[in-house]
Amino acid sequence: MKPPKNCYRRPTSLTDATMHYCAGCGHSIVHKLLAEVLDELEIRERTIGVAPVGCAVFAYFYLKCDISEAAHGRTPAVATGIKRALPDRIVFSYQGDGDLAAIGMTETIHTANRGEPITVIFINNTVYGMTGGQMAPTTLVGQQTATSPAGRNPATMGCPIRMCELLNTLDQPYYIERVALDSYAGVVATKKALLTAFQSQVAGKGYSFVEVLSPCPTYLRLSPQKALQFVGREIAAQFPVRIFRKEGVPVNA
Amino acid sequence: MKKPDNAFFSRVLMMGNEAAAEAAIRAGCQCYFGYPITPQNELTAYMAKHMPERGRVFIQAESELAAINMVFGASVAGVRAMTSSSSPGISLKQEGISYLAGAQLPAVIINVQRGGPGLGSIDPSQGDYFQATKGGGHGDYHIIVLAPASVQEMHDMTVEAFRLADHYRIPVMILADGRVGQMMEPIRLHEDPPPPVPPKPWALTGAKGRPPQYIRSLFVEEGALEKHNYELQDCYRQIAAAETKAEETETGDCEWLIAAWGTCARISKGVVRKARAQGIKVGLVRPITLWPFPHEHLARLAHQVKALLVVEMNCGQMLEDVRLAVNGAAPVHFSGYPGGRIPTETDVLNALTALAHSQGR
Repeated sequence: MKPPKNCYRRPTSLTDATMHYCAGCGHSIVHKLLAEVLDELEIRERTIGVAPVGCAVFAYFYLKCDISEAAHGRTPAVATGIKRALPDRIVFSYQGDGDLAAIGMTETIHTANRGEPITVIFINNTVYGMTGGQMAPTTLVGQQTATSPAGRNPATMGCPIRMCELLNTLDQPYYIERVALDSYAGVVATKKALLTAFQSQVAGKGYSFVEVLSPCPTYLRLSPQKALQFVGREIAAQFPVRIFRKEGVPVNA
Repeated sequence: MKKPDNAFFSRVLMMGNEAAAEAAIRAGCQCYFGYPITPQNELTAYMAKHMPERGRVFIQAESELAAINMVFGASVAGVRAMTSSSSPGISLKQEGISYLAGAQLPAVIINVQRGGPGLGSIDPSQGDYFQATKGGGHGDYHIIVLAPASVQEMHDMTVEAFRLADHYRIPVMILADGRVGQMMEPIRLHEDPPPPVPPKPWALTGAKGRPPQYIRSLFVEEGALEKHNYELQDCYRQIAAAETKAEETETGDCEWLIAAWGTCARISKGVVRKARAQGIKVGLVRPITLWPFPHEHLARLAHQVKALLVVEMNCGQMLEDVRLAVNGAAPVHFSGYPGGRIPTETDVLNALTALAHSQGR
């Protein structure tokens, strides 16, 4: 039987594979939202994604579009190569906080500075997941991780890096927004931000960047529900949720 | 009516770095990504001027790491792509080269070698032989390595590199040095069409009219990496069987044999002439492909000579491959120049005559 038109169903751009993500992880939610956006804009067949080194390295098992791996942090450089070679395709990179803000910081900044017309999706859960919960550039002050067992100490480990704010100092980016997966409203806002980012690219505008504050219950050592609260209260307190750049123009807080 | 032979007048005076750049353009390179480093800067500057003129892609990347990964991206998309650098920059590219090899992606990389280790010098060197021929990055892989000795060969080998890369889905390195890169010589430009681009059903162009596909170098399923590595080895065996190249000079009756590559091979050609004038029957074997290495040439010639002399601008790197190939059939001696100094014919001739005298002519 054909489901009714308005029935909630699996997006066409999402495969049937069972995701390897932990219970309560934000990646699976963002994958689904991303698939919905590819469906709604009808761009799945001309989209090429670049998966990071990190928890989302297997994105190609879950998303029904062409996807390339990249070396750790070089994700935006690979995306740049693809987009320059095939300018009429839709190209996105999907990266975690270690990939984007630690080892790949240089590529992140220069790709944004050139205004490469790609979409960068940044999953910020303040911790390295794949390798076992180490400190990330976005780990909160005092947050305990495998490599900051006594909590992140600013005196020796620095403070969390705010990527949207940093990229917003550049002239070329077209769209920059930070959202938080802390609630139903946050999920809706994330979907809207992804839609805006991809719409910008489809329209041939410049670089778009969506930072998603995302729960990692396993390495935040919290239940899935408490992890969502932590995202909304603690992580969002350090990383303000808002639009930073709209249609190439900085937006004041 | 037969066209007049204007071969002489069709030659142009070019610097090695620019000859390689022009060759890439003529070979259908669609994307070039570079980063400044001496002594290869003319190549990047040439591409900066001439790629956009033809509607092709030029990016001065933020680092060698970014440049090689942009090459990775362009190659993923199925187009011909190239980067160039010199020794310290090539070290940075090794991560990307390993990923290219693992993902079986074609790419052309030009290394205009300078002295090392570290910053070394900006003078010519052959110090990157080990790095180029033994893989270079992490993992169990090889890339094809071509060694030009003239500006003409910088040009011709760059065209050939694109053919090899696409045909075998493998990174190909031109292992030049600062002398070949900086020198100017008259050359004949590649006038034929670019090497044909084979079908690339593996390329990521969007999943239109076909199932989605991916490009990866990560194989975590049980047995998958082993299978993948054996596939790579099969490819390497095919390349070794079909593409190994060496040039022999005066080896028919030689009693002594010089083995040298690139710049040192070119110098050694003059040494052969001079030594023969003095009655020393010497020949020269010059590997053109450093990987795959021409083991059979060396093994065959080793049985006819009294001794070999390996000449390199390093402390003895190809020397090890020569010893493996010769396998004890003849003594292998070495004349090395690791300081950025290019040996003169006299330097090498003196080494050869000393050897000939010590071993008894």
